[in-house]
Amino acid sequence: MKTVSPHGSENWLTTKMTSLVDWGVNWGRANSLWPMPFGTACCAIEFMATAASRFDLARFGMERMSFSPRQADVLICAGRLPFKLAPVIRRIYDQMPQPKWVISMGACASSGGIFDNYAMVQGIDTVVPVDVYVPGCPPRPEGLLYGIGLLQKKIKGETFRDAAIREEHPLDRRGLSMAPERIDELSEPFGNSVHQTRSA
Amino acid sequence: MNPSVAALRERFGGAVTRSFESCGDTIVHVDATRAIEILRWLKDTPGQDYNYLADITAVEHRDGERPIEIVYELFSLTRKVPLRVKVELPKAEELAVDSAVPIWAGANWLEREVFDMFGVTFRGHPDLRRILMWETYAEGYPLRKDFPLRGRFSRSEQVRQALNANPEAHYSMEELAIANVAHELPAEIRDRLARGQRGVIPDPEGGRG
Ligand code: SF4
Repeated sequence: MKTVSPHGSENWLTTKMTSLVDWGVNWGRANSLWPMPFGTACCAIEFMATAASRFDLARFGMERMSFSPRQADVLICAGRLPFKLAPVIRRIYDQMPQPKWVISMGACASSGGIFDNYAMVQGIDTVVPVDVYVPGCPPRPEGLLYGIGLLQKKIKGETFRDAAIREEHPLDRRGLSMAPERIDELSEPFGNSVHQTRSA
Repeated sequence: MNPSVAALRERFGGAVTRSFESCGDTIVHVDATRAIEILRWLKDTPGQDYNYLADITAVEHRDGERPIEIVYELFSLTRKVPLRVKVELPKAEELAVDSAVPIWAGANWLEREVFDMFGVTFRGHPDLRRILMWETYAEGYPLRKDFPLRGRFSRSEQVRQALNANPEAHYSMEELAIANVAHELPAEIRDRLARGQRGVIPDPEGGRG
């Protein structure tokens, strides 16, 4: 995880100081994640259940749902993403200030799920970078909490000396976030949807 | 059988081509050229009072020879009676019917949906644009039988066109009420507003803006 910047000197004291600062900063970030809920479908219902009293997302420092992307830390895409919403989620992601993370909740957000058709983005990772994928259709609240736990673990492993992880990657000239071949590859049908267009 | 059918046959004669009952619903096929006249009569005639247009949709049959059907689901709120009126459009001819918006204002979005999904034009519609797919959607009409399930373009091309569709494109700078301060906006925002205007898909290599 740690890549050492060329400017960092390697003596014992700075290393200790760095890890101390990292520890403090990451502890703060991991335990006060403000989610930006992007609930588009059935998964959002499960997300609401996660936020409600029985599962109580607030225990993990996510008390405040940030309905403005400008005050949010983690974008939770709960539900399927139609192509028509792709520019919208991209805009929201671009509006979120660093540091920011993305959780893709459910089969649809992660891979298109059962909707391998003309209208659906085959995985939101072709549009925005994703940190944690939560499987399930829909994932149970425990599943989402586990995913959030994984994200917190990931955050606790970050170091401020690696500036690259905080870099913004705007869309390229074509308006894409990655090479077209990569998108085609990620969107390939798999599992049962390989046979989906077969005529009965 | 709904008594309106007999009344229709008496009033419009040969324009009513077929009528039958299916699963308790009465279905009337009418002539495409006189459909609007008949629908208006069904709405305004005392004793008929089909004052509520529940839905407009279309059917394309698997048998390629059969015409596309436009389906009007009518309901009389006063008499609590439903009626289904169908219009047939042969595929060899132009897929177009007169718009029902002058009769029911609610037909506006319903007809836009049929246009979006089946490519049927509604003559005299005030604002015939796509409604479910975005306005620059160029792959065709998704609910037609010749439309492949995954669309015509590659996935990357679909993502590219979708990401380049400006969600604000429907609004002009004037509508956004910032036209008078537009020159003070940061260049990046101006670029974003200018890019992807209505009906324009940027070409792949030409860059954006
Ligand atoms: S993964 Fe399942 S529950 Fe979640 S949005 Fe898709 S269909 Fe709905």
